[in-house]
Amino acid sequence: MKHLPLPVFSLFVIALPLILSNNYYLMALNIAALNVVIVIGLNLLMGYAGQISLGHAAFFGLGAYLSAILTTTCGFPVWPTIPAAMAITAVVAYLIGIPTLKLEGHYLVMATLGFNVIVYIVMIQLSAVTGGPSGFAGIPRLQIGGFAFDSDLKIYYLFWAVAILVLILSLNLIHSRAGRAMAALSHNEIAARCTGIDTETYKVKIFVISAALASLAGSLYAHYISFISPGSFSIFFSLQAVTMVLVGGMGSVWGSLFGAILLSLLPEVLHSVKEYNVLVYGFILMAVLMFFPRGLFPAGRSFCIAMIRKKT
Amino acid sequence: MISPADPHMDTAVLEAKNITVRFEGLEALSRLSFAISPRRIVSIIGPNGAGKTTLLNAITGVYPIHAGEILFQGKSISGLKPFQIAALGITRSFQQAQLFMNMTVLENVMVGMHSRTTSGFFKGMLRLPSERKEERIISAQSRDILDEFGLISKAADMAGHISILDQRRLEIARAMAARPKILLLDEPAAGLTIREMEAMADLILGLREKGQTIILVEHNMRLVMAISDHLIVLHHGVKIGEGRPEDIQKNRQVIEAYLGKKV
Amino acid sequence: MPQLVKLFQFTLSGLTTGSTYALIAIGFSIIHNATGIVNFAQGEFVMLGGMFMITFYGYLKLPMAAAFVLSVFAVAIIGLLLEKTALRPSRSQEVLNLVMITVGASIFIKGLSMAVWGKSAMTLAPFSGEDPILILGAAIMPQSIWIFGITLAVVAALSAFFVKTRTGKAMRAVAASRRSAMLAGIPVNRMIALSFFLSGALGAVAGIILTPVTTISYDAGIMLGLKGFSAAILGGYGSMIGAVAGGLLLGVLESLGAGLVSSEYKDVLAFLILLIVLFFKPGGIFGKGASRRV
Repeated sequence: MKHLPLPVFSLFVIALPLILSNNYYLMALNIAALNVVIVIGLNLLMGYAGQISLGHAAFFGLGAYLSAILTTTCGFPVWPTIPAAMAITAVVAYLIGIPTLKLEGHYLVMATLGFNVIVYIVMIQLSAVTGGPSGFAGIPRLQIGGFAFDSDLKIYYLFWAVAILVLILSLNLIHSRAGRAMAALSHNEIAARCTGIDTETYKVKIFVISAALASLAGSLYAHYISFISPGSFSIFFSLQAVTMVLVGGMGSVWGSLFGAILLSLLPEVLHSVKEYNVLVYGFILMAVLMFFPRGLFPAGRSFCIAMIRKKT
Repeated sequence: MISPADPHMDTAVLEAKNITVRFEGLEALSRLSFAISPRRIVSIIGPNGAGKTTLLNAITGVYPIHAGEILFQGKSISGLKPFQIAALGITRSFQQAQLFMNMTVLENVMVGMHSRTTSGFFKGMLRLPSERKEERIISAQSRDILDEFGLISKAADMAGHISILDQRRLEIARAMAARPKILLLDEPAAGLTIREMEAMADLILGLREKGQTIILVEHNMRLVMAISDHLIVLHHGVKIGEGRPEDIQKNRQVIEAYLGKKV
Repeated sequence: MPQLVKLFQFTLSGLTTGSTYALIAIGFSIIHNATGIVNFAQGEFVMLGGMFMITFYGYLKLPMAAAFVLSVFAVAIIGLLLEKTALRPSRSQEVLNLVMITVGASIFIKGLSMAVWGKSAMTLAPFSGEDPILILGAAIMPQSIWIFGITLAVVAALSAFFVKTRTGKAMRAVAASRRSAMLAGIPVNRMIALSFFLSGALGAVAGIILTPVTTISYDAGIMLGLKGFSAAILGGYGSMIGAVAGGLLLGVLESLGAGLVSSEYKDVLAFLILLIVLFFKPGGIFGKGASRRV
């Protein structure tokens, strides 16, 4: 029973393109897969280290721009560049995390928000390197040997394989020694410290890992769309990622999957709302926090369990 | 002072030398010195605000010490962080059980083994064979501990769903999972019924029987007098007496501190 | 000599924007003191202040004083609404949860403003002309004098309010200890509501006096809020003198940076200052050291 959801979900992911005829939906699902990677990483930080980052769009953007610049401008091969971008992003996150994670919650919120603003402005102003506000074009697409990921369908299977891999690794992590230590420190930091857990180091490590995952998504995004511009990496995307975590439920890995998919597809479904994207996001974020502070996914699950129990 | 030259001084496992802890200028502990001998139950007593819990927090590194030092097995632990002190072998319970309510009873004990185990993020994510082996071992050992503490039937329950007595037991089990050299207990009997208190006393005595050194902070004098080998009496952050329970009961200064008479 | 005049000029314009940062920072502090949360919608109050003033004064042609009072009151009511309809009814009163609700509210207000006032930047005529006054060779705009004057008046009035009046003292008591204040019979909830009302008003004043200098658009709130927050951190979070000092300092540093180094990276500079202060002196320059939970 315990291991059932994963194969069921994987089969569903594999089968889904067979039903979908429209390429447009595939593209939306591909972006959703990348959001899943970011949101699961962010949830490890929020749900397990009790820290909120409003700068994940910057890490996402660092991955995308580093990949773009290193491959297109410097001529590096694509695949090694992706882990290299993750490593650089991780170092940046480490430097920010060390001083701020020692402070209370909202300091990290502000520091990461400030960091996001800095990165965003640099993306726009440093146009000689980044292409400025008009963006960076001509980023090479992904390929292995002679096999090019040149259609949305091929990308779909690649991205969802990555997303499911991240899901599996995260599920493994939360049921390991490190995962228990994280859960302990998020629930009761003093008790965790007195139990022998180096909470400060753990927080920094989770922050770094979660930033590296955002960078991975950024690299994949750049090589998929082959064109990036600063607009995708503003603090509004950071807020979207946080909203996805909160809607899915902090501390629930499956919830993050749910939250990321739901909110990635929502704008596609509600086309008429697109103009009021910002308004709708703000409203959802407020409403969920007010009425379902533990997230929609856990609330929905408890509701379903209660309904089933009632019937039997 | 009753015993200026403690016979166990040279073999003390924990020694405080003139420690002072201040809060915004007020001294919560001032120039406090004592030595804890191994395999005994040493109780810290004193009226409210005497600095008992502050002392536990100072020993475990939760509060910084402003002057003096604490020696553990002859080495200074002042300035170490709580997790380092826990890893060296001093673990504790809290006044109100501070369990990890988002975990099961079993997982709480497994967290207690944190400093005895090594698997990190990557081993955990990849479930490497060495990680799985370590998980199997600590899971089995944790079950043994739960068995010992009479909690094995509740292993899969969430920590928040068990009774107060069981929560207290679980917290001690979690502290014992680290195989500490010294176990600190902060009011383990608070809020318990008389029957439950007796069960708690048996549990503590059982640990001592196995050679565990225990520092106990407790309000209930009957419990303290019944199970302690040695008492340290604090009043306004100062040690006003020390000795065997029967001697302390006769100590004038101690009685006055409790009854609030002027000397 | 011209170099010196230039420095003086930059400092003056820095003090002008810095004054508005100070007002925003005080707004952050008042809410923080009453509730312990960071109100991310503070910047939106500033934006709304500018927008309402443009609407009442620029479009509806109300007399300036009336438009000013009306705008301040309108935003103060929005502040109050934020507390009454979003924060108070929240099922979880955990600090981080409440902070994120204000983040949601900030996006919501931003989206709503876009729907009402559109996407383009709006301008407001300076209160009394655009003929610069020369002081020691540096030009100062009449609007700057308005900004200094109004900021000074607001800070003086607030100080008097907190020191002299019963309500002000009650608010300080709530800040010192919510529990003790409640036990002393102070209506804590009303004080919290009042703190949002006041912060809304402060933000509006900042927005109204700043708009003629900078223009305003629906998405300007986040940046202004961040500046105000940086100022509050810089001066020491929660203290009014700290907020004023931090605001002025940030404004001057930013203006000098823009003038002497690079105007494109003006905002980067502001956040670098914030990050550096967070790293080395988390309690703020005038603060008492790091605020840590034990």
